[in-house]
Amino acid sequence: MAEFALPANSKPKGGQTHPVTGSGKNVKTFKVYRWNPDDEANPSIDTYQVDLDDCGPMVLDALIKIKNETDSTLTFRRSCREGVCGSCAMNIDGTNTLACTKYISDVDDEVKVYPLPHMPVVKDLVPDLTHVYAQYTSIEPWLKSASTAPERERLQSPEEREKLDGLWECILCFCCSTSCPSYWWNGDRYLGPAILLQAYRWIADSRDEDTGSRLDNLEDPFRLYRCHTIMNCTRTCPKSLNPAKAIAEIKKLMVERRG
Amino acid sequence: MATTNRPLSPHLQVYRPQLTSVLSILHRGTGIALAVGTLLLIYWLAAAAGGPESFAQAQELIGSWIGRLLLFGWTFALFYHLCNGIRHLFWDGGYGLELPDVYRSGWMVVTGSLALTVLSWLFGYFGGGL
Repeated sequence: MAEFALPANSKPKGGQTHPVTGSGKNVKTFKVYRWNPDDEANPSIDTYQVDLDDCGPMVLDALIKIKNETDSTLTFRRSCREGVCGSCAMNIDGTNTLACTKYISDVDDEVKVYPLPHMPVVKDLVPDLTHVYAQYTSIEPWLKSASTAPERERLQSPEEREKLDGLWECILCFCCSTSCPSYWWNGDRYLGPAILLQAYRWIADSRDEDTGSRLDNLEDPFRLYRCHTIMNCTRTCPKSLNPAKAIAEIKKLMVERRG
Repeated sequence: MATTNRPLSPHLQVYRPQLTSVLSILHRGTGIALAVGTLLLIYWLAAAAGGPESFAQAQELIGSWIGRLLLFGWTFALFYHLCNGIRHLFWDGGYGLELPDVYRSGWMVVTGSLALTVLSWLFGYFGGGL
């Protein structure tokens, strides 16, 4: 049975307020989820006031400014700052997205920043991704073929290559999986939209010769069929991909091969 | 390293309700409501089989304002679950999975099921002689 409430140790309580420094006129309030493994305390929501006249346009710019100037203990993942690495995936203003491609001006009121939902927290905005990476391993995300390796590259027609569009662009930020209520309640066994989109990426690849056993691996009431087409995944994907459609294609292949 | 006491990040508490998830929950909710409603249908049939007295009692209960209110709710549950079920059939066929289509069909299901509910009740009250 799904547990809708947070465990007692996970309920945010209290939090500090860091007022704006200087005489900023264009001030935005950020409410940021904090949890420190060294404290024996519950998570808290800290308030930071940021002078937008002295800050870049993205939520990540504000987080970096806070870390540099106000509170160096604030912890988050970030790397490329341009939406290609997927490190800064978090829940901003109620939906999952990348902090580096989310405009501060797109949020009307206070900017609420939480880690990716329903994940174990390592510290502050850093979720533990061990389980999703293990699930990624389980779909064997590499090209598999039984035929003899050709002298040169394995060729694809332009049409065959086109089938990978909308799949290869996935950066494994896990915004989609952690937006999916079904993944929240059954994430221990359900693979979730990100991993299933990746699974389909190899199934759809004309060079891969292992489609049968890939489908066998997914033919499971939980691994694949906990998808109930809620569509939160497609709604939230910061790369505008469509995991729900990829999952629907896998389900179709399951039916087709039954004949 | 203290890894056992890691908190679970907030989910339902912070995730913004949106058409995608709300209609999905409504589909589940109306499904449960319809299952419960079937018990009422059985009660009504059992009362009819029990004779004129028990049937009159059942008619009185179902015909009361609260009975009618519940029936109105079940009518909506039936039409919403039906319309959204058809939407799911299209999805299972691989159609209408692009986000703009999802929103379009979502609003179609909401307005369609509300309209069918109201039309059914108008027919129930005023169309009896047709």
